[in-house]
Amino acid sequence: MTRHQKEILIRGIFALFAFASVLILSLIVVFLFREGIPIFNKISLSDFLFGREWYPTFDPPSYGIWPLIVGSVIVTVFSCLIAVPLGVLSAVYIAEIAPAAIKDVTKSIIELLAGIPSVVLGFFGMVVLAPFMQETFDLPTGLNIVNASVILAIMAIPTISSISEDALYAVPQEFKEASYALGATKYETIVKVIVPAALSGISTAVILGMSRAIGETMVVLMVAGGAAAIPESIFDSVRPMTASIAAEMGEAPFGSGHYHALFAIGIVLFFLTLAFNLVADYISQKFRETGSATL
Amino acid sequence: MKWRYLKQHIFLLVVRLSIALIALALGGIILYIFINGISAISWDFITLPPTDSMTKGGIMPAIVGTIYLTMGAIAVALPLGVVSAIYLAEYAKQGRFVRIIRIGINCLAGVPSVVFGLFGLGFFVVFLKFGSCILSGALTLGVLVLPTIIGASEEALKAVPQTFREASLALGVSKWQTIYRIVLPTALPGILTGSILGIGRAAGETAPIMFTAAAFFTAKLPDSVFDEVMALPYHIYVLATAGTHIDQTRSIQYGAVLVLMGLVLGVDLVAIVIRSYMRQKKRW
Repeated sequence: MTRHQKEILIRGIFALFAFASVLILSLIVVFLFREGIPIFNKISLSDFLFGREWYPTFDPPSYGIWPLIVGSVIVTVFSCLIAVPLGVLSAVYIAEIAPAAIKDVTKSIIELLAGIPSVVLGFFGMVVLAPFMQETFDLPTGLNIVNASVILAIMAIPTISSISEDALYAVPQEFKEASYALGATKYETIVKVIVPAALSGISTAVILGMSRAIGETMVVLMVAGGAAAIPESIFDSVRPMTASIAAEMGEAPFGSGHYHALFAIGIVLFFLTLAFNLVADYISQKFRETGSATL
Repeated sequence: MKWRYLKQHIFLLVVRLSIALIALALGGIILYIFINGISAISWDFITLPPTDSMTKGGIMPAIVGTIYLTMGAIAVALPLGVVSAIYLAEYAKQGRFVRIIRIGINCLAGVPSVVFGLFGLGFFVVFLKFGSCILSGALTLGVLVLPTIIGASEEALKAVPQTFREASLALGVSKWQTIYRIVLPTALPGILTGSILGIGRAAGETAPIMFTAAAFFTAKLPDSVFDEVMALPYHIYVLATAGTHIDQTRSIQYGAVLVLMGLVLGVDLVAIVIRSYMRQKKRW
């Protein structure tokens, strides 16, 4: 074998390995569908998605996941209300304001926060935040939407912060120099020049943060309370989709309607987060070149 | 004129406050767990199995299980991830094939952990008939950390200066030899740092192993990769939520949480320290 042939062979093998990620993604789709599709022999897609009653173990069972979807969406939205400002502002601090010495420390803090296992955060929410909220606001339970949102926000902040930070770094130096040369203050430069120039990257960060929050399992399983009903107040319990899967899969008999329904929830979750990721990917590709030439 | 500067001060204050809040959250959580957990930690706690239907004794089988699962996951994900990264960073030319691979990796990174668990259940446990065991759990976790390792490795490879490759190629060395002898050794510390972060991620995950590997309780340590294991994150979840002894086992719970957190954050901290040391040492 000549050297050239060997090179081609190596290149081919490596390409095959790199393709493994795509293959795994396809396998995920195939097996979610294989185990999830049979539920639609028992119930129509619209009854499944928009049915208001999730009683999978009753006789006859009802498999409406609308309350679970509402639960997922509501904790995600509330957690983003907390995580987006904190995440973006911390990125601004790291990228634009912090002195070099503090910068590394702040980055490490964000990274360590990302490293805390979700089950630990869930545990913290259960034993600290829940009793505190129950007493302070005189609630029937501290395991509710607000508690879950706060803990989820802690999980989403590192994602939002680190991706926003990259976006802020990508803003060309001339933009800042031009702004300062015109006599703008640091505040004006950040808010009117740097952040708008990095907006596509920050949007990507926010979308990925939301995707992270909606897919998070242990926190909502332990802290959201687990009531499969449409909530009436922000202090009600909810049962997001991820929590239902994790809590019920152990009890669902193999091959039963319940089992297939939980896989079908997995399909919904998969495509929801896939959509978030594709949108984020599209935004970051489309608006990647925010160089001077585009202005 | 005054107002402009006042606004600036208010803005800086808000930014500093948010950073302080994040630091406080991290510090508060770590400190709280540490203070409540440290009294439970003892040599026996780490080296003995649970006794009296898990209300007494230690957490040794759960620690061992987590180590097995994590090592298995890395054994799957590290070779696959590094080779993928080499292809993307060194060989791939911009085109549809590469674009598809990149989208695939991004989407894989975004798949919720519980969906990985479902996939592991449907594919490894049911379809391949591995059953709920170390092998299924490690493969599921390996797939989960794959995007992390690819991302970190690719970044490390791209940080190797182009002049290194050019110098090697100019001496008549082939592309593969250049990668193997020059690029990889230079990128190795970066690749390792990324992989260590992947280890931390795998060790702390609960949802993917719930249906694929983790057992509520096992009487003995696993003999083969086809045995179920106890795992630290799942053990914490079980103790904190299920059973009739939740309040009795509080101190065990705090202890187990402290061990898991110490394990994961310790691993992360090592990676962060190595990286900042490397950055200072870098000579190009």
